Order: sequence, then C-alpha cells, then structure tokens
Amino acid sequence: MKPRAFQIQPQDNVATLIDDAPAGSVEIIGAAGSEIVATEKIARGHKIALTDIAAGEAVLKFGVRIGHATQPIKRGAWVHLHNLASDLDERSGTLDLNSGAPTDTAYV
Amino acid sequence: MSENLSSRSSRGNEAHSEIGNSPSLLTSVATNSWTGFLRPDGRKGVRNLVLVIYTVECARHVAHAVAAGEENVHVIGFPGCYDNAYAIRLMLALARHPNVGAVLSVGLGCEYTQPEKITDTVRASGRPAEWFFIQQLGGTRSSVTKGKEIVSRLREQIRRETPRVPMTMADLTVGCECGGSDGTSGLAGNPAVGAFFDFLVDAGGRAIFEETVEMIGLRSHLISRAASSGAAEQLAAAYDKAERYCHSVRQWSVSPGNFAGGLTTVEEKSLGAFAKSGTRPIQGVIRVAEQPRGSGLWILDSVPDEHFMQFGYTNPNDTEGIMDLISAGSQIVLFVTGRGSVIGSPIAPLIKITGNSATFRAMLEDMDFDAGRVLAGELALAQAGHELAGLVTRVAAGEPSKPEQLGHREYFIMYKHQNTPALEDGCRA
Repeated sequence: MKPRAFQIQPQDNVATLIDDAPAGSVEIIGAAGSEIVATEKIARGHKIALTDIAAGEAVLKFGVRIGHATQPIKRGAWVHLHNLASDLDERSGTLDLNSGAPTDTAYV
Repeated sequence: MSENLSSRSSRGNEAHSEIGNSPSLLTSVATNSWTGFLRPDGRKGVRNLVLVIYTVECARHVAHAVAAGEENVHVIGFPGCYDNAYAIRLMLALARHPNVGAVLSVGLGCEYTQPEKITDTVRASGRPAEWFFIQQLGGTRSSVTKGKEIVSRLREQIRRETPRVPMTMADLTVGCECGGSDGTSGLAGNPAVGAFFDFLVDAGGRAIFEETVEMIGLRSHLISRAASSGAAEQLAAAYDKAERYCHSVRQWSVSPGNFAGGLTTVEEKSLGAFAKSGTRPIQGVIRVAEQPRGSGLWILDSVPDEHFMQFGYTNPNDTEGIMDLISAGSQIVLFVTGRGSVIGSPIAPLIKITGNSATFRAMLEDMDFDAGRVLAGELALAQAGHELAGLVTRVAAGEPSKPEQLGHREYFIMYKHQNTPALEDGCRA
C-alpha cells in the first residue's frame, strides 16, 4: 500500500505522514485527495511540503501559520527543524534534527 | 472500586459496536444513568475513596505504607517543609473532591503545613477526617499501624453512610490533558476528545482543557471561541500572561520527544492541543483549585502569576497538569498521548487515548482507546467521540481504566504562586 499523508485544511502547504514513507509516491488524504512525490524519506508523524515554499514564507497547517520557512522548501520535501522555525520560540532553531534534543545547554 | 458496577450503566462492553451516528443511540448515551456517590455539597463522585495526605516529604514513607495494600485508599502529599498557599489550596480541593469520601492527614510534626487545619476544612465540607503527627505516635511502625486502623474505619464509614444516587453525563466534569504528543495527537487523539467534549457539553456536563501555554500562537482563535465578552477578556489576559511567561523563562511547551515525533514548532503543537477543546464556546478561565462556574467548556490556567519567587515551570510534567484538572473537580481525566505513556492518577480515573495505532498496539496494557482508527479511515471523528462517551460512561460506572488496573497513581504537587482571591474578569494580569 502506498504511504499516506493527511492534509487538514485545503489551504495547508504541508501534510502529515500517517505511514513511514520512502522517497517516492505518497497518497494525500483528508482535505484534498491527490498524490505527491516525496523527494526524500519521511517518517510517520512528520510533514511533507505540498507546494514550493519560499524562504520566509508562512508554513500553514490546520489552516493556520505554524512558523516560517528558514530556507526555500521544494514540493515533496521533508519539513522540519532544518527548514521551518517557530515565530516565537527562539530555541527551536538549535534542536537536533533527528532526535529533537537541545544542543544549546552545556553539560559541564 | 467495583461497588457501583452493578448499576444500569450500560450499553456496556458492546458500546463500541452499538454507538453510531444515529440520534437515538446518541440520546441513549447522553441519558445513560449509573450509580454514583452523593457528597454533602451536592456534588456526585464516581469513586468512594479515602485520601491520605502527607504534609511534608518526611511523612511520605509513612503515608504510603498506610495506604499500601488497602483498597480504595489513595495518597497525595506536598514535599516542602515551608508552606505555600497554592499547594494548600490544591490539596484542599483534592481533599474535597467528589470522588473522595474521607481524609487522613499525616504530618511529621515540625513542618509549616498543618494536618489539623486540613482536617478542619475537610470536616467542614461534611466529610469524616482524621490526622496525626508521626512524632507524637512514636515512629514509623506505630504510625503505620495507627494509620491503617484509621483508614479502614473511614473506608467502612463512607461505604456504609454515603448515599448512592443516579448520575448522568450532566453530573460529570471531565478534564483533558495531552502529553507525549506526536504528529497524530493533533490529527486524531485530540480531535476525538474534542468530539466527545462537544457531546458532553451538549449533555449539560462540564469539560475542562488546559492549558494556556499550549495555546501559544493562537491568540485570536482562542478569543474567537469566547462565550461572552467577559470570557474573551479572561482568555486574552490568560493568553498574554502565558506568552510573557514563556518569553521570560525561555521555555515553550514543547519537548524533544515532540520534535522527534514530527512536530516542529510550538505553534503547530498548540493547534493540535487546541483540537481537544472541540467546537463549543469557552465559558471562561478557571485557575488551579477553582471549580467551573457552570456547565459547558472551560479552560484551566495553571501558569504562575507574577511573584518575586518566580516559582519554576508552569507545567513541569504531565502529572502536574492532571492534578490541576482533578483539583477543578474532574471526576474523570482523559490523557491523550501519541508516543505513549504509562502514568495514572490518584482520585480521578485516568483514561489513556492515543491517535497512533502503532502506539496503541505496542502499549496495549496501558492504553484505553485507539483514536488512530480515525486516520486509518475505519472510524469517523464523530463516531470516535461517541465511543469515547461509552467508555467514559463505563469507567464512571465503576469499570477500572487501564491505569487503575495497573495501580498507577502518580501525583505531583509543587511550589507555585497564583493570585487569590479571584480578581474581576479582565483584571487578572
């Protein structure tokens, strides 16, 4: 079965993976039924870009701004800590991409 | 625990297959009745418990030894030697909770928090209550023996004397906390609770969700849900306080596990968390130990008010938030966890819900409800809400939730400051 991603609102420019997805075709369910090609491996629970998103542009989920792109994001790419930052939480840019662990606290 | 099981709760174990979208079935859950315990203040409980409260860390071992192996005896306590108005209000709210019938307070004998004063307040609520200082009883063993004698007597008294009354959804206050959130929590777990909350509110019950630090980024959404202009002012003030707080401590309500699970920003997590509020108007803001001022949907603010001590984090772990919801009178608490959690709670049964079917399967012994079926297309969201109503009804009627079966009764009471008495609406900041 093709991996699926859930798009909450029609205006969202990201969808959430319900299954682990290798690079390749992903079925979009929810607000709009369609298909997209994941350009890289994306884990369940993580987000895929549904459109090209320019640096500084709003990332929309639930129809609401959840932060801004910190670099250009291509349609089909994984959207996470490396290319999306909170508008409020200044620590969100310091977290390890894979584990989410903070890197700004010294253990000395 | 099972003494109110024999009631006519119940679409019972078949609830999940029977409850669909049909209005008649919906009505049958809403009007479903079970037997509860009437307290002197008129509130109704779904459990009939003796609560043991220790008033300083030094008394913790004795309090737990008193409760060990005793059915329907739960423990809470406060570790600090110096007293704290917030912690005392919280403990008094828990001691007079609808699920609590009687209280034993255990002190060491030199702490600031006074077990005798707790006892006086509990007795004033019409509940039997006792207390002692360990130092006056001669040590650990004699205190444990005395404590066990007291709790068995109290338990027997409330078993015999507490009036049994019919209860429906309209008598319920249900709280919801989420923790260990992942990408499914906002898509399925919390929306399923939102669907149930809509149902509970329509049935005349009280739904409480927290908390304002988990609504960061949603100021205008939050305010647009206010039931009145007074509620809108309360929501704006509570939101602004939460955002100031997060800036000042440089900590937002999001954790490494959330990021690893696919959430990227606090705003994204907020939207997922807010989904548990459902769609009904928000009646207002209550603070820790305050009771909702009527039926409907309420938001709980547990963020510290400004104080020179700057007591720690608003919500240092999930258990702290669950205690806050119980202090507001929740007879049952729903806990949504995408990544999975093994905690439970004293006083009010905890029902664990996950939007992640893989987590549900992996942690089956701990998880009560699989909302991940919504994402798999097996279940409409409204149906998930109705199924959850059936589960809440069964637990209210006495069926132990998974954390209850496993004996989980984690609690956490911390030093904190919140202003009291309540200020006028809109003047809270």
